[in-house]
Parts: sequence; C-alpha cells; structure tokens
Amino acid sequence: MDDAVWTAAKTGEPLGRVAYVNARLLDPASGLDAKGAVLTEGESIADFGADLFKGGVPSGIETIDCQGLCLAPGLVDIRVQIREPGEEHKGTIESAGMSATAGGITTMICLPNTKPIIADMSVVEFVARRARLSGLAKIYPYAAATKNLEGKELAEMGILAEAGAVAFTDGERAIADAQVMRRALIYAKNFGLTIVQHPEEPSLSRGGGMNAGEVATRLGLSGIPAAAEVIMIERDIRLVEMTGGRLHFAHVSTAAAIEAIAKAKARGLAITCDTAPPYFALNENSIGEYRTFAKLSPPLRSEKDRVAVVQGLKDGTIDAVASDHAPHDEDSKRLPFMQAAAGGVGLETLLPIALELFHNGHLSLLQTLAKITDVPARLMGLRAGRLEKGAPADFMLFDPDYAWQVIADDLISKAKNSPFDGRLVQGIARQTVIDGRTVFRRKG
Amino acid sequence: MADSQNPSHTSGFPYRHLLGIEGLSPSEIGALLDKSEIFVEHNRKMDKKLDTLHGRTIVNLFFENSTRTLTSFELAGKRLGADVINMAVETSSVRKGETLIDTAMTLNAMQPDVLIVRHDQSGAVKLLAEKVDCAVINAGDGQHEHPTQAILDALTIRRRKGRLEGLRIALCGDVAHSRVARSNIHLLVTMGAEVRVVAPLTLLPTGIENFGVEVFTDMKAGLKDCDIVMMLRLQLERMESNFFPSVREYFHFYGLDYDKLSVAKPDALIMHPGPTNRGVEIDSLVADDFSRSVIREQVEMGVAVRMAVLEILSANLHSEKRLRNL
Repeated sequence: MDDAVWTAAKTGEPLGRVAYVNARLLDPASGLDAKGAVLTEGESIADFGADLFKGGVPSGIETIDCQGLCLAPGLVDIRVQIREPGEEHKGTIESAGMSATAGGITTMICLPNTKPIIADMSVVEFVARRARLSGLAKIYPYAAATKNLEGKELAEMGILAEAGAVAFTDGERAIADAQVMRRALIYAKNFGLTIVQHPEEPSLSRGGGMNAGEVATRLGLSGIPAAAEVIMIERDIRLVEMTGGRLHFAHVSTAAAIEAIAKAKARGLAITCDTAPPYFALNENSIGEYRTFAKLSPPLRSEKDRVAVVQGLKDGTIDAVASDHAPHDEDSKRLPFMQAAAGGVGLETLLPIALELFHNGHLSLLQTLAKITDVPARLMGLRAGRLEKGAPADFMLFDPDYAWQVIADDLISKAKNSPFDGRLVQGIARQTVIDGRTVFRRKG
Repeated sequence: MADSQNPSHTSGFPYRHLLGIEGLSPSEIGALLDKSEIFVEHNRKMDKKLDTLHGRTIVNLFFENSTRTLTSFELAGKRLGADVINMAVETSSVRKGETLIDTAMTLNAMQPDVLIVRHDQSGAVKLLAEKVDCAVINAGDGQHEHPTQAILDALTIRRRKGRLEGLRIALCGDVAHSRVARSNIHLLVTMGAEVRVVAPLTLLPTGIENFGVEVFTDMKAGLKDCDIVMMLRLQLERMESNFFPSVREYFHFYGLDYDKLSVAKPDALIMHPGPTNRGVEIDSLVADDFSRSVIREQVEMGVAVRMAVLEILSANLHSEKRLRNL
C-alpha cells in the first residue's frame, strides 16, 4: 500500500503532551461511546473523555485533529505466529509488527512454535527485546507447555512465567495425552497460569486436509471430522473440573464445541475460548477447487458451524477473536492441497472481518471491539485493550465504514497467504499509537 | 477452461483440458463417446497408424506407478502419429526436491502439446494445468478423478447395452478412496443411469448420498436387478487402517461371486478397472467368465477413448493458437 507510513520512533526522544481532539471515543471496557478527546503525556494516557478540552486545547500541547474518526484501544491479538527466530523467510518480528500496526493491533501474543521453540528464558527474552527494538507492536510470548512441544513432559512453566511468558501452550498441537494435560493444568494452577489448548483429537485429524463432508468427498480429500474438536474439548472440560485449572481453547470452530463450552461455563469452570475471523466469515466452500490459502487448522467448517460461531460470539460463549496469523511462504502453499501448509495471515484483516459482526447486525460496535481489545487482554492478564488514565497510550484511530478489497499481494505482511484474498470489507485503521508514539499512519 | 462460445470447436467438447468429469454436460460426454466409437473400429484394423497428430509431442508424466493406463495412453498417442515420451517418477527430478510446479514449468518450456499426468495427490493435476500452455489430461489424481476411465467404462456399457440412460448400475467396494468411483458416478448420473454404491460403511465417503446415488451396505440388496456390476479395486493397505478386519471377511461380505451375482439381471455385465485382486474383491471364476465379464473389453475401449480425447484436445489447442494469432 503506497499510502502507508511507519514512523517507529526507535530513539528515546522525549515525548511531550499530545491532544487527540475531535474523535469518537470507543472504550468497550467502560462502555464509553462519545465524542471527545484523549491527552497523552509521554508514553501514557493522561486524560480522556467527552468533556476534555471542551474549552479548547491549552497552548504547549500538540494537537491532532482526529476529524471524527473512531478512537479505540489498540487491538490485542492473542494468537499470532511470527516465525522469528528460525523461519525469517516467512515472517519476522519487524514484518509482523508492520502488518499488525497497519491493522490497528498494538499488542500480540505469539505462539512458541519458532525455531528454537519458546521453551527457554533466552528465547522469551530474545522475542521481547527484538519487539522492543522494532518499536512497533508489543509482543508477549506464550511458552511451550511441554518440552519440545511433544506433549510428553512439562516445560519449565514457573521460570518461563518469571521471564515473561503470559500463558502456556503447545501451539498448533493439541496436548493430547490426558495425563499430561491433567498435570499441566494442575502445575499451571500452582502458579496461577493459564493453559491454551489447540482443541483437536490428533488420532481423528491425522491424515486429514479439510473438514470431513460432502465437499471433501467431491475433491477426493481426506477429511477431519468436526467431532475431533468437541471430543478433545469435552475431555479437557473434565480435566479442568478434576484439577480446578484454568484453560483457554483457541480458535473454536464447531457448533458442538461451542455447545460443550457453554455448558462448562454455566457450571462455573475456569474455561474461556476464542475464535478466528475465518471461522465466522468463511466456510469449507471457500476451498473451491483446491485453494490452499483456505487450508487452515482447524479446517474451515460447514455453514452450520459458521452460523454457530457467530451465535457463540453473540451470546458470549466465545469470549474473544484472535487473528490466528500463520504466515507461510509460496513454496509451502503452492503444492497439492494435502501437502500444503495449513494457516493464513490475518493481522491486517482482523479489524475489518471482526467489523462484519457489527455491519451485519450481530454485535454492537462496542461489543465487536470488546472481542479484540479488552476481553482478550483480560483473559491473558495483560494491561492493555482499554482507555485508562495512567495506562500506556496504546490506541488507534479507525474508520469503521471505509470500503476496500483485500488483495493478498498488496498486504504489508511478508507472507501473502490470506484466506480473505479478494474479499470486499469495511473498516480500516488510520493511525496506530503505541506508548504515546504514532507508529503507523495511513495518508488520505 | 476454454470458452465454449468458440465457433471453431466442432467436436462438441470445447475445453482445453480434461481434468475431470464433474461439470461436463450430457452432450459433451456424448461427444467424447461418439468420437471414441470411430477409433474402436479403426483399432481393429491391421494398419492402425494415423497421422492426425503428426508432429505433435505428448508427454506421459506419471508420478505414480501404472502399467495399463500408461501403456494405453502411449499406444493412443503413437497410433495417432504423435511423438510420445514417458516420464516416470523414479528418473525425474521430482525426487531431488524439485516441486511439482518446477517440473511443470520445465516441461512447459519444451513446448509439448499434451501433458498426460497421473499423481497420487488430489488436485495436483489441476495445479499443474494452471501453470502450462499445453493441454492437460488427468490420468488419475489421488482420490479425486480419473476421467478417461469413466469414459471408457461408459463406452463399454453403451456398446453392450445400447444406452446409458435408465440402466441400473452398481459400483461396489472401496468408494471412499476411489477416483474411478467418483468419475464414474459423475458420468453415469449425468447420463441418466440409476447408480448405486455398495460398500461397508467404513469405505463410503461422507455425503456420497448427495451425489445422486443410492447407498447400500448389503451386496445382494445392492445388486438386485442390476444391469451392470462395476467392481472397484481394494487397496490392501486399507486393512492396516482398520477399514476392514481381514481379506477373508471382506470377500465373504463384499467379494463378487456367483451367489451374490445371482440377484442381478441374468444378462448383467461385470466390470473392473483393473488390475483385479482375485479372491479379494472378485472371485477368479467370475472375473474370467467371458459370458459376463467385460474386463478385457474395457482395456480395448481404453485405447480408443484416449485416442479420441487426444485428438479433440489437440484440435482445440490448435484452434486456440490460431485464434490468438489472428
């Protein structure tokens, strides 16, 4: 995109006071939706509200006229694969940071499936340091729940949490062994930590490339039954009940799974979940004739499941939406479908696809934003995703109605494998502010 | 696909490639069958050599082992006078880490007219077809389609029974993993046959009932009053994946023998895409019963069908090129 500008302030230049006036303030945490202004001082929010600067901005304060754009907390994306260290040809901390800030994201949590994997203090610190140096979006890591993500022996959760890991997961792999999951939940509970599960029974998904059903049969592709998800989820619910642990299910995609989670929540268990935009915006038909950009994990499901995901977002069973950003290079995707890598990039489409929930009348604008700001931040214990005096000045200006078309090749992301290639969307981030600094601005 | 509005296509089959049967119309399938008929008669003559495709280059690109399909295509190409080259997987650079697309681009640079491709991955032939300028024929891709097999099966049936419409045809065996089954179902349903699939539930793919077929799990119920009994080859490695417990048990319930065949029409024909697993999906005596089995005739029809497809696609390619140069 020619009109995108990054102004990452890498030097420690002192920041003064900046007034963002003439904005529509949207803060899902407090329910604020009003015309008003925000004042930043240094790296923090000093004040904000409908009445701020009613009588004009005092001299000595830099003023930015938001021209009526929405001003909301920066998006918090709790499921991102970055590929650095180890697979920098697919994506780097800097390319993810640029892509994220262009999409209005100010905070990301990355999966531990890098090379080496995030299962060691030094890798946790490497990721944090590289993110800080890039001056773009903030990155917090998940660390491995088990050694080598093998699902056999627990990783050093206590030490890794001290080093900065926010929660523990085996990434794209399910923790399949019930005894290992049981111990992981109890041990994590010991430190007040959360386990994040990729809910898929591997003995049912093995060898499968897409959702099992008529479309898979037509294409001659081996299917992954939808039940692979709910089977793992129901087992894990029992383990949470048994251990009292805290468990978060990532990218929930089936009607049956949502129903099981709703029941578990009603019983008061410490269970939460998210979904990703493809699961409420697309279905298995998007695969068409072997479109590998639509090969995801979990696979795109039936229309009935997609509708259930929308309903789960509406009734609150699904707490949050995360991009599930999974960059792949061309060589990993230009293959016969079964051999192609699963996953799609999603940082730049998180906001506009989430806004479809608003534009289609399923959620209010504040409810939509809550799923990608305050709620995911709270789930993972981050101080982010809300407008708060004294908190880091991480927010973004966006136009919820701006219409554009997703063109994979035009994405800022280094990898272009978007399942939304060609989609007409509404809503775009105009300016992204992190720690009081404007790191991204879209001209025009 | 080629545009069907192109008036220079006189064959009734207006496409550049033959990648599958799904989506073809009855008249397009009929056009392929009619053209094939001509070559059946021709192939029975002593002098079989034609020069229709003189100067054309055909490459058989087989990523998966095959004897009969490869030979059939090679013979078809040579009888039409084309230069035919066979590329086997073992000697190709695919084994050295070259991707499917690299292979396609490399071959494309050598200006072949037709690429005939077999691959063990569903969709691989379509992927390759997107990257080349020549015509591509799918000679079998994974569990997806094997269009020339379905056409030769239809030709065999049409010549014996005089029609396809209204015939009761049972496809029996490993439907789930069979590209032959998928192509045959698409073709026979399109042509108005009454198609049944007969298999244990473990070998029936999800949603097959939405393909316009009737589903049976009992052989005798499925074969009742059938005009055609089409057996599918059983991959024995499926046994290890627990699709069925043993060959003995499979044959007991789903192997075609005279007892099960007795419920079909007295003049019912037995077909099999080959190679047969004798004593697994079909009894040796039944397979060799020339009053009922047309398995060898299917092989004969195969060459004629492939000649027809090669000639039609070559003509389409030629007319496209001519149009582009105008």
